[in-house]
Amino acid sequence: MTSAGMTPAELAATPERHRELAEDALLRADGLVAGYVPGVDILTGCNLFLRQGEIVGIIGPNGAGKSTLLKAMFGLIPVRSGTVRLRDADITSAKAHVLVTKGVGYVPQNNNVFPSLTIEENLEMGVYLRPRTFGRRFEAVAELFPLLGQRRKTKTESLSGGERQMVAMGRALMMEPSVLLLDEPSAGLSPMLQDEVFVRCKKINAAGVSVIMVEQNARRCLQVCDRGYVLDQGRNAYTDTGNSLMTDPKVVELYLGTLAGSGETPR
Amino acid sequence: MPVEDPLASVRPEPGVAKPDAIMVMDAVTRSFGGLQAVDVDHLEIQRGAVTGLIGPNGAGKTTLFNLLTGFDRPDSGSWTFEGRSLERLAPHRVARRGVVRTFQLTKALAKLTVLDNMRLGATGQSGESFLGALFTAWGRQEKANTEKARELLARFRLDAKADDLAGSLSGGQRKLLEMARALMTDPIVMMLDEPMAGVNPALTQSLLGHVKSLRDDGMTVVFVEHDMDVIRDISDWVVVMAQGRVIAEGPPEALSSNKAVVDAYLGAHHDRALEFDSEGNPVGETAELVAEMENVELAETSGPPSPSVPAARDREERS
Repeated sequence: MTSAGMTPAELAATPERHRELAEDALLRADGLVAGYVPGVDILTGCNLFLRQGEIVGIIGPNGAGKSTLLKAMFGLIPVRSGTVRLRDADITSAKAHVLVTKGVGYVPQNNNVFPSLTIEENLEMGVYLRPRTFGRRFEAVAELFPLLGQRRKTKTESLSGGERQMVAMGRALMMEPSVLLLDEPSAGLSPMLQDEVFVRCKKINAAGVSVIMVEQNARRCLQVCDRGYVLDQGRNAYTDTGNSLMTDPKVVELYLGTLAGSGETPR
Repeated sequence: MPVEDPLASVRPEPGVAKPDAIMVMDAVTRSFGGLQAVDVDHLEIQRGAVTGLIGPNGAGKTTLFNLLTGFDRPDSGSWTFEGRSLERLAPHRVARRGVVRTFQLTKALAKLTVLDNMRLGATGQSGESFLGALFTAWGRQEKANTEKARELLARFRLDAKADDLAGSLSGGQRKLLEMARALMTDPIVMMLDEPMAGVNPALTQSLLGHVKSLRDDGMTVVFVEHDMDVIRDISDWVVVMAQGRVIAEGPPEALSSNKAVVDAYLGAHHDRALEFDSEGNPVGETAELVAEMENVELAETSGPPSPSVPAARDREERS
């Protein structure tokens, strides 16, 4: 493997470097190969690690495999090759309901609330496996998101997009996860609500939950994330801190677009 | 690009008249139960321009699209397209007149190939009538449609996927397919519901190029979008909706200084980076944003619980 001419962010995305850096990871994926249709691999050898307390973002073009990576790690699609490890335990292809009990939470992109149920009932569904902890956990989540506590009897069908996203995150937090996987939490929201969602993700992280988020709003995502992964065609293309990726000329040109940032006050 | 911008002299205010309006709406209302989803007094869409429609979630943008394209019926109101009424027309008739739309949640036929999805979009197929079905040079028609479909797929960089099932496409690719399929009908007005949502920024730029080329070909484009960079880049004119009403109109440059737009939609921090210290605590203006968010949450929740208060803030402001 030659390293000549590679930028630091490209180097960090190589499997060798990943193995060095991922030593003390809380959650790690190594060489993941996965897909939906037999014979067609969407992920063609993906690596990712998350350290305790980190918030990590995954960005990249359409069809790069961002959401697929999250689903593969959460046991929603079969892993054809590679491993997923949580601390020292091999959790490759473990079922989602098992992962939830091990402290991994997942918030899907669409249809992530039960519209005909109230906020409280939605959160209750999140703690279905440990009903006795409901009261205690509800209080903890309501402390993080006061709105959920104050409007606990409101049906989620009457909530706005941003509020629903809050319910979905709150429900995932009910099981007291150590890791939370978020699939495009800001999708389809107005700029104001997107900002609020990103701030909430950061707040969840500050409360001690390690977070991996897949995002289409790459610029905002890198602003809140400690580190970012750029995926392309099912592989790691670049990895670095959020700030470095945002200023990496290649990443800007290929993945952020030169439009991004044009409306932002430079500082 | 027009040498002279016909919209340059139009005053930026809600309901303002345009020099060459292709669609005109009057007193269009639609409510769902107690919720007034659309309440548009007067709105004109300029011919040959790209009009951006923005607004917070639940502002009525998609409902307005549904009404204009026959997918929903209004409670009251009237609207015209090229001077003729479009009211009470079924969606396929609206499409035949030349107003075609795409959907926010894509409606590709998952078990057909991408190419077949495209071919379905072609209009004027002689097989639609009984006699036509009997006496048609099928091969020739099919060939023309296929050629056109492949051309459009290439334009949207989907040509490599032509023989894949539409269901195997990623979310962003489905958006492209939907836009390409709409173009199979040779529309006069294209109405795009969040065409860029879920499409990555690099691809967004080439999509923007396509939209601009549609305008250069003389097409009128109305699109709903949340990405302000996109709005600024391609819109000739922007209409801002909140709670069913048009609260502002104007050229894209004028938006970020319009208080109603900032309050209802952009948020005060839309043009600032989010900043945090090494502990993950918000700093500077981001800290102000967070404090403001929490205040609003508490203020909203301290009153009696109301069934839908997503934008109680601007309701107060307008009254």
